[in-house]
Amino acid sequence: MKKLLVWGGLILLLMVVGLGLIRAQQGQVGQGEQAPNFELTTFEGQTYRLSELEGKVVVVNFWASWCESCKPEARDLEEAWRMLEDRGDVVFLGVDYVDTEPEAMAYLEQFGITYPNGPDKRTEISQAFRIKGVPETYVIDREGRIAHRQIGPFQSLEDILAVIEPEL
Amino acid sequence: MKGMLSKWLILAAVGVILSGGWAVSPVLAQGPTPSDDEINEIAEDLYCPVCENIPLDTCGTEACEQWRGVIRDKLSEGWTEEQIKNYFVAQYGDRVLAEPPRRGFNWLIYVVPPAVFAAGVYLLYQGFLSWRKLEEEPAAPEADDEQSSEEYLSRVEEELRKRQ
Repeated sequence: MKKLLVWGGLILLLMVVGLGLIRAQQGQVGQGEQAPNFELTTFEGQTYRLSELEGKVVVVNFWASWCESCKPEARDLEEAWRMLEDRGDVVFLGVDYVDTEPEAMAYLEQFGITYPNGPDKRTEISQAFRIKGVPETYVIDREGRIAHRQIGPFQSLEDILAVIEPEL
Repeated sequence: MKGMLSKWLILAAVGVILSGGWAVSPVLAQGPTPSDDEINEIAEDLYCPVCENIPLDTCGTEACEQWRGVIRDKLSEGWTEEQIKNYFVAQYGDRVLAEPPRRGFNWLIYVVPPAVFAAGVYLLYQGFLSWRKLEEEPAAPEADDEQSSEEYLSRVEEELRKRQ
């Protein structure tokens, strides 16, 4: 009985450690994988659920006001949004990662961003995408799969359009 | 007429004073600016997910500075330490706390290490007991050894004799 308990405990411990290691080694959500469903409530209070955006191309950009490398791409993302907005089948969502609201609002104003943005409450969205930092951008196709994963900033407006247009 | 004018002037002055009083009232509602020590007392129990393993009070990134600013603001508004920590948990999740709350899977953190330590102590104790037991067991009677070696010697001698 004692031996059974000891072995049982050891196996349980190894399982817990193993699961932790698997999770740590997982890396980001990969291209072709189904995008994790999430709910984003914008700073204005509007709620978006990825599951409700099926049939549309969704661009999810993780950013933060303290992130220097997010700034160069901010205007390009906004420009891309303005070019595609009227189509009606493209949605841009900005996920503000580990940020404070006044600074985030100032950032949105500074770069004239008009597409929906909201805080990553309890860092649930970034954890679901297993992001490693900001900026990171995910282009999700009409079936809800990851079509493109951009780690780090886009270099230009053309770069942004080049990864969205194949999905349109 | 002059009396009317002075009356209106007095009323206007009172109005200005009162409106001034209203204007400053929100400022007066705020507490004194909290000291860095007061801020750090709360910050040392918080971790920003951006800079893992560095407590908020010693972290030098812009994100952490913003967080300390939030603590300052909340303290000025009269929030308690508990309220501020709850606010951070609501905004950024349990991972910001130095000590995870005792619920769900978090219990493993509190239960597994002491259980492993206790199991280790138990195994060591069992090992020590069996070692002591081995030491205390009476050694095999030497007579037997002597007897067997004598037998062995006599057999060797016998073999040698046969070969001569």
